[in-house]
Amino acid sequence: MPEAAEIVFDHVTKKYAGRDAAAVDDLSLEIPAGTFCVLVGPSGGGKTTALKMVNRLIPFDSGEIRIDGRNIEALPLTELRRGIGYVIQQIGLFPHMTIGENIATVPRLLGWDKQRQRARAVELLELVGLDASDAKRYPSQLSGGQRQRVGLARALAADPPLLLMDEPFGALDPITRHRLQTELRRLHRDVGKTIIFVTHDIDEAIQMGDRIAILREGGVLAQYDTPDAILAEPADDFVAKFIGEDRALRRLALRTVGEVPLEVPGTAFAAPDHWVASETTVRNAVSLMLELNADSLAVKDGDRFVGTFNLRDVSTLL
Amino acid sequence: MDGSGPVIPNFGRGDSCVTSDRTFCWGWVHDHWGDTLGPALWQHVELTAIAVVIGFAIAFPLALLAHRFRRLEQPFGAISALVYTVPSLALFQLLIPITGLTLTTVEIALVGYTLVMLFPNIVAGLRSASDDVIEAARGMGLTRAQILVRIELPLAVPAIIAGLRIAVVSTVAIATIAGINVTSKGLGYPIFTALRDPTPFKTEIYSAGLLAVALAISADLLLVALRRAVVPWTRAAR
Repeated sequence: MPEAAEIVFDHVTKKYAGRDAAAVDDLSLEIPAGTFCVLVGPSGGGKTTALKMVNRLIPFDSGEIRIDGRNIEALPLTELRRGIGYVIQQIGLFPHMTIGENIATVPRLLGWDKQRQRARAVELLELVGLDASDAKRYPSQLSGGQRQRVGLARALAADPPLLLMDEPFGALDPITRHRLQTELRRLHRDVGKTIIFVTHDIDEAIQMGDRIAILREGGVLAQYDTPDAILAEPADDFVAKFIGEDRALRRLALRTVGEVPLEVPGTAFAAPDHWVASETTVRNAVSLMLELNADSLAVKDGDRFVGTFNLRDVSTLL
Repeated sequence: MDGSGPVIPNFGRGDSCVTSDRTFCWGWVHDHWGDTLGPALWQHVELTAIAVVIGFAIAFPLALLAHRFRRLEQPFGAISALVYTVPSLALFQLLIPITGLTLTTVEIALVGYTLVMLFPNIVAGLRSASDDVIEAARGMGLTRAQILVRIELPLAVPAIIAGLRIAVVSTVAIATIAGINVTSKGLGYPIFTALRDPTPFKTEIYSAGLLAVALAISADLLLVALRRAVVPWTRAAR
């Protein structure tokens, strides 16, 4: 199986019976292999519908969806689904199976032997930050955050080239959600899968996505681009409103001071509290300058002084 | 035996407790375990077991059908409930002209009563898998049959056992009535023979009645133990 798959929506339309407006209206979207693609938009935007079309939980009326060039409707249903990791907000762990058995669901369907199933479950538990001994516990013994980690492990079990995630962190408390967001980004870097991730939270979309598809009511694609490009140039008023009036600050949050051009004098003459680490976001650096009433900050990479970051240069980043 | 005490039919030897018909005579129970109470208890277990096993064999496939084709649930449920509304004595009387004073008559009635307790519980059990569990299972590529066998049936076990508990306990009780007016089998029969006497012998009534209660409680406890053994996930607490 390839590490990651390319997904193409080709003029896909879906109308639910008894409703005038389409749920998804002539959606065309190319998601390159290995991309973390976030579908975001208000409710009624058809983002979950679009997601569930990919594993054919929801049938569509016209158009075509292709995974690595193959029409999904030409594949046997079970084969298609076993090749796609699926994570939902309510997780849907099987309460009567242990964590290990839950994770091994698809490997078992694929006929792996017991020993390989167990070894894979342990490997995945460690990958998602749980303990190998958790394999013998039941879902009711875990916290919400732990359960969603298991949900993720279960989706990754058979090493699918594509993951579908439907608001996976929507039911978690903010601290757990933030931790899992960070870990999912890391995981995406490590395993390199294509991920389609649905959320209604634009902050989450900007933080997580390599690319963001913004869907508006009626299932119309409003804009599809990188977070930086969307924040820099929203396609229309709807997008501008949806991403918020503080879009300039949001863009600054996407970059660290280590990534922007710095002024490089020989030595730094900065007070101890005027130093920031190179992995600080530009947004946080600006916030700190405003707080200190300072025009510049010294940037260090580890213990090494790398340059001076000036407030007057910030606008050139936008 | 002087002529002043109660007449104890068929039970020749009697100590003073028996001849003066005190509330409960252990001696009588001891003497007649072998020829009366023991066989009646065993027959009662048989009556109950046959009724519940056949009732389950009918209710289970009907519940699977009702689970698969939701339109069928209401008619099936209505029919089984209708049987239950007929008083047991009346039902036995209705059946006697057709099947006579036979074990078949008793079992038809008993099986009919178990259906109303088993069918809805099995259907509810099969539906107890939550929507997100089913969606996750579908999304991972389980077929409909795999979802039934691996997800819905195991999750239905607690509700099925709950239904069995009600069915067993009430069948034990209703089978006693069968022994009174249809068959000479089961714990109802000693009660019936005692009651038929103008001065009913108390120990016989009480001992058979208590055995029926003990049987119901034991069967219930066995099913509770079975549930604990086969449903480990509900015991797991954080």
